[in-house]
Formats: sequence, C-alpha cells, structure tokens
Amino acid sequence: MNDKIVVENLYKIFGPDPRDALALVRRGLDKDEIFARTGNTVGVCDASFTVREGEIFVIMGLSGSGKSTMVRMFNRLIEPTAGSISIDGRDITKLDEAGLRDLRRKTISMVFQSFALLPHIKVVDNVAFGLELAGMSREERRERALAALEQVGLAANAESYPDELSGGMQQRVGLARALAADPPILLMDEAFSALDPLIRSEMQDELIRLQDEKKRTIIFISHDLDEAMRIGDRIAIMQGGIVVQVGTPDEILKNPANEYVRSFFRGVDISKVLTAADIATKTQVTIIDKPEQGPRAALRLLGDFDREYGFVIGRGRRFAGVVSVSSLEQARRDNASLDAALVPEVATVLPEAPLHELMGVVATSPHPVPVVDDQGRYRGVVSRTSLLQALDNLPAETGTDAETQAQSPAEAVPQQPSPVAAAGE
Amino acid sequence: MQTLSFNPLYPFETLEIPFDDWVEVAFDWIAGARPVFQAIRRPIDWVLEGITDLLLFLPPGLMIALLALVAWQIVGGRLALGTALSLFFVGLIGAYEQSMVTLALVLTAVFFCAVIGVPLGILAARSDRFETGLRPVLDTMQTTPAFVYLVPIVVLFGIGNVPGVIVTIIFAVAPLIRLTNLGIRQVPKDVIEAANAFGASGRQLLFKVQLPLATKTIMAGVNQSLMLALSMVVIASMISVGGLGQMVLRGIGRLDMGLAVIGGIGIVVLAIVLDRMTQALASSERERGGRRFVERGPIGLVRGLSAGRTASAAAAATQRRG
Repeated sequence: MNDKIVVENLYKIFGPDPRDALALVRRGLDKDEIFARTGNTVGVCDASFTVREGEIFVIMGLSGSGKSTMVRMFNRLIEPTAGSISIDGRDITKLDEAGLRDLRRKTISMVFQSFALLPHIKVVDNVAFGLELAGMSREERRERALAALEQVGLAANAESYPDELSGGMQQRVGLARALAADPPILLMDEAFSALDPLIRSEMQDELIRLQDEKKRTIIFISHDLDEAMRIGDRIAIMQGGIVVQVGTPDEILKNPANEYVRSFFRGVDISKVLTAADIATKTQVTIIDKPEQGPRAALRLLGDFDREYGFVIGRGRRFAGVVSVSSLEQARRDNASLDAALVPEVATVLPEAPLHELMGVVATSPHPVPVVDDQGRYRGVVSRTSLLQALDNLPAETGTDAETQAQSPAEAVPQQPSPVAAAGE
Repeated sequence: MQTLSFNPLYPFETLEIPFDDWVEVAFDWIAGARPVFQAIRRPIDWVLEGITDLLLFLPPGLMIALLALVAWQIVGGRLALGTALSLFFVGLIGAYEQSMVTLALVLTAVFFCAVIGVPLGILAARSDRFETGLRPVLDTMQTTPAFVYLVPIVVLFGIGNVPGVIVTIIFAVAPLIRLTNLGIRQVPKDVIEAANAFGASGRQLLFKVQLPLATKTIMAGVNQSLMLALSMVVIASMISVGGLGQMVLRGIGRLDMGLAVIGGIGIVVLAIVLDRMTQALASSERERGGRRFVERGPIGLVRGLSAGRTASAAAAATQRRG
C-alpha cells in the first residue's frame, strides 16, 4: 500500500505566542513547564507518522490528548504551528485559501461527533451541501446525494428534516454527506461516540461494509479502545499531544510502548475485543469441491498432512462442509461422491462473533470450527488451541516478544500456502 | 466685583464647565454640513412617498381587502378577518387616511432599519472589536430620550414626515442590530465548522448557513423595530409628522378626548396586525404544517383552482378524444 498521508514533525501550539513556545518545545521542555512560562498550550507535539492508502487509521487517546486537534490539522480547520502534512506528496500546509477550499471540497471530507447537520434544510440537501458549495448544478447534486443516501440505507428519508431522525440515522446522514463528493480521504472525529452502544457497533459494521465496497483512507478519532480494535487497521495512540505508538492493534496489544498504552489495554476483555475472524487460521486442509474430485484424493490429502478432518470448499470459496477420515473411507467403500462424505450438522461461526461467544461451540465440536461469513464464504477455522492461545494472550502477561514467541508454536500445522493446490491435482 | 475663593466642600460654586456652550458650538459646526443631511433625506423621501402613494392610491374598500388578503397569506384566515374588521372600524371612526399615512411612515422606517441594521449586525457578529465599539452607541440610541435628539434633527433636517422617519429609525434600529448580531453568533459552532470543513467560502458561510439559521432571531428583531417605530409615532408628530400621532397630539393639545382616543385606537390596531404578521414570518414553514408559502392562503387557493381547471380541462379533452 502507498503512503497516502505523511505527517512530519507536526506541532500545534495554542496561545498568545506560539513561536516562543515552539522554541522551548524543541529544546525539550515539557508541556506543563511551557504553559507556566509562556501561557501557551501544546496541543500536538512533534508528530510524525504515515497513513497508508485505503486503511482505517485510528487515532486514540484520552480527552485532551490532542487527537481532535490532530485530525483538524489534516483539513486545516486548525492551522499547524510547524511541520508538514503531505497528501499524495503535496504539502497541504502551504495551500492558499482557494487551494484549501478545493482540498476540502474534493479530497477530504469530515464526519462530526455532534453530526453538525443543517437543521433548516432537508436530509437530501444536507447530503448535497458539499456539492452545492462546490457549485454543482441542482439536478446533478441531488442525484449524487440520493446515491450517497442509498449507500447508507437512508434513501427513504431523503425528504425528512434532520430533527425528525434518530441519532444513528442523523449520523448516517453525516456519513452520506461526507461520501457524497466521493473523497479519497474521510476524517471521522469521534463519529460514533455520541451514539448508544448498539447503534455504535451497527455504524462500525456499516463503515467496514462501505470500506469493503470502496477503499478510502479513513482517519478515525476515538477514545474507545473496543472501537479502535474493531475497525482499525492501524492505531496511533496519543498522550499529552505526543504520538506514543503507532501499529496494528495486535502489535500494540502485544507490545505496548509505555505504561500509558498498557493501561489502555488493561481493562480490555480480550474475549470481547477479538473476533473469530481475528484468530481464524487458514492452515487447515481444505478440499476443493469439484465433480471429478472423489473421496480418494481427499483421503490422500488428509493422510499427507496427518489430519483427521478436512474442510470442503465450493465455487467462490463457498463453505460446503467438513469431511473426516472415517466418513471419507465410508464413502470410498460405497463408491459415493465427496458430498456423501460430509459430516452432518457442522456448527459454524460468523467472522464477527466475539471470542466469548465461541467457547461453547469450539469446546463441543470434535473438529476445528469453520468460520463462515454471512455470504457463506469460508474464512478459516478456529481450533481449541488457537482459541485458548488467544484468550491466554492477555496484555499484562505479554510484555516481551520472547514470551509471545514461546507461546505460538503450539500448533504444529502445515503452513501457508494451504494445501488447496495439492488437492486439485 | 466679588470673587469667591475655592471651597473644596462646595466645589461647584466656583468650578463650572460650559458644556452646553460647547455642544452649541459643535452643533453649529455640524450644521454647516447641511447639504450632506439634505442628501440623506432624499432616499427616505423617495421610499416614503412611494409607499404613501401606494397606500392612498387604492380606494379604502379595495385597500382593506388587499391588506386582509396579505394577512391571510402570511398568517391565516382569522387574522385576515380581524384585519378587515378592525381597519373597517378605524375607517368608520374617521381615521382611515391617517392610518395609512402612519403605516407608510412605519414601514419606511422599518425598511431603512433593515437596510442599516442587518448589515451592521452581520459586521458586529464577525468582529468582536466592532461589536465592542458598537454596543455603547446602541445603548445611547435606545436610552436617550427622543425629545433630546428631536431638536437637532429639526435643525439638520427640518420638520415634516422625513425627519420623523429619521427620528424613528434612530430609535428603532438598535434591537434589529442587536438581534441580528445575536442570531448569527448563536449559530452552533459545530455547524460552522462543518460548513468550513466542506469548503464553504466566507460568503457561502454567511448566506447558506449563518443567515438562514439566524432568520428567526432577525425576524424577532424586525418585529421589535416595528413595535418601537409605532411607539414613536406620537413623539414624531411633534415635529409635524402627519398621521395617527398627529391626531393624538392634537387631541391632547385641545383636551379633545375623542380625537386622542381615535388616534390611539388606530395605533393599537396597526400594532396588533403588524405584530402578528412579522411574528408569523419569523416562524418557519415547517412549524406551520410544512406547506410552502405558495401553497397556502389566497395564492395557494388560486393556484389550486387554476391547477384544478387545467386538470378538468385535460380530463375534458381526454373525454372528447375518447
């Protein structure tokens, strides 16, 4: 993936004399001392990181940690004091008024915690607002606004006024407004924090779904770790204006940079944060279900990898079922097809199911439990070993890499690439 | 000649500033710029004459019907009926013409209040410094007794209806400026931020976000200006402004209770009708059942009828063809 946004040595200092304070920050004085000496508040201090194209990049931190300031510097609602932000290689801190308006209209749009819809115009006009500012004709912007509303499932409410909608629906309108101009970058400032937990996770799923349809670069501000873990491809953690750690949820969970980061994760119940998809492995033997494929080839494949069970996959990675060595032998004796060898009543789990919901299923199933999404596609399996390992991987105990490594080789499984190719021969 | 020695206990027996003389001198100097003030008169004169001619051009019966239709369109049937009946009554007691003159004066004053007040309010909302400077000026305009500036106005502008309108503007413009300023400042910060985030220019922000969201407050300001303008009618008549105020003033002067009460009733009737209309303008379409302006009242009725006629004509055409 390309680097979409590159932030280098970015500072924001609020107060009467930011230049003076900047010199002090660069000399290494801390935030409180600078405030005492100059009356300036350091909002963001020497931030450098990159956001890759098409990822959901979550900026996390407690309130006052500078995350909202940070995100507002990406579209210069807040002017940076020093440093640069490059989008596609162009330094946006140097844009003039017109260039900045163009950037805001076409490249970056934003979703707000408070929704910030215009109360006096209809939903469809709210969604079209950015396009209207850009000078698009009435018919064209209406058409695109309706398409954006369609994307968030609110086409039926186009003629309503914002205050006639629930909070969740209003934020969908906010999302549609941001999507209307089809910008490559979305800024989401605590976009779901004002919603109740159920609606919040619904909106998170919605965002993931939209992201699956079309990859955008999303910068998502959150103070909610569960949210960050759920939707973030990578997370940056901010503390007192400083970016203390950037990494994937796993990396940060396993290897927190300092006590502050660690404390974020301390209260986390892994079994609720991680989902089946997170721990699903694809290292099991998978058998492609083709007409010419008989039980004999499947048996040989299981034998080659010394496995008791195989997972049968049809066209388009559609999950077909599970076969065992004994069921395959039975089918071979009967001279039946592979389908006849499928083990009856196989329990499957959805990829988004949290671990704590998996325990019962995994414990009672004789074989690893296949993870199958709502489209029926095979996404891997959860074995008892991998589940226990994930649950045991609590952050408090995973201080060092050595420990993590010591725990991981428990499963002696055939490594990727999975033996699908072999089965086809 | 006896000279008093300075006594700190009674300082004012010996110390005195000739402030009144200074004011006179300053005023004489300002009065030198008479042509400027005559130029100010002109646009007010045009608007006032235009409105007065319009109101007095139509025969009273037609005019009352027209005003009732306007009330119906803006507010509803009940106010239309009330307007027609009360104006008819005012006519019966012999104050119709004066009412129209006063209405023209008040409308002219409010028109100029809006022309001056809304832009000043917008400026005040945009700049804290401007607002800080403007506030004491507005305080002065609102609290100075009208009698105090009546005299200078007469010196500068003469007497008659136009200076009367100017006095009224001075008295009535302050709340409109204040409420415009307030309305724009009350637009939620997050909405402003959102508009900026979507690339609004300063002009777009003002016309697409700030003014629409401040409309209600600004209309409340217009309503206040209108009421203050009406309350100035009697005082303005002291500089020979015609209309209902003149009736009241003459009634007081001659101890003619009947005349004064007739003028008073006329003012009250105008006040009530105008107040209801501007208040209705302040509330949004949605609060009144979501029907658009052109779909309500007499306009809506006419549109409905003509649409019906077109529809029935079309139906007839199809029948003929069939």
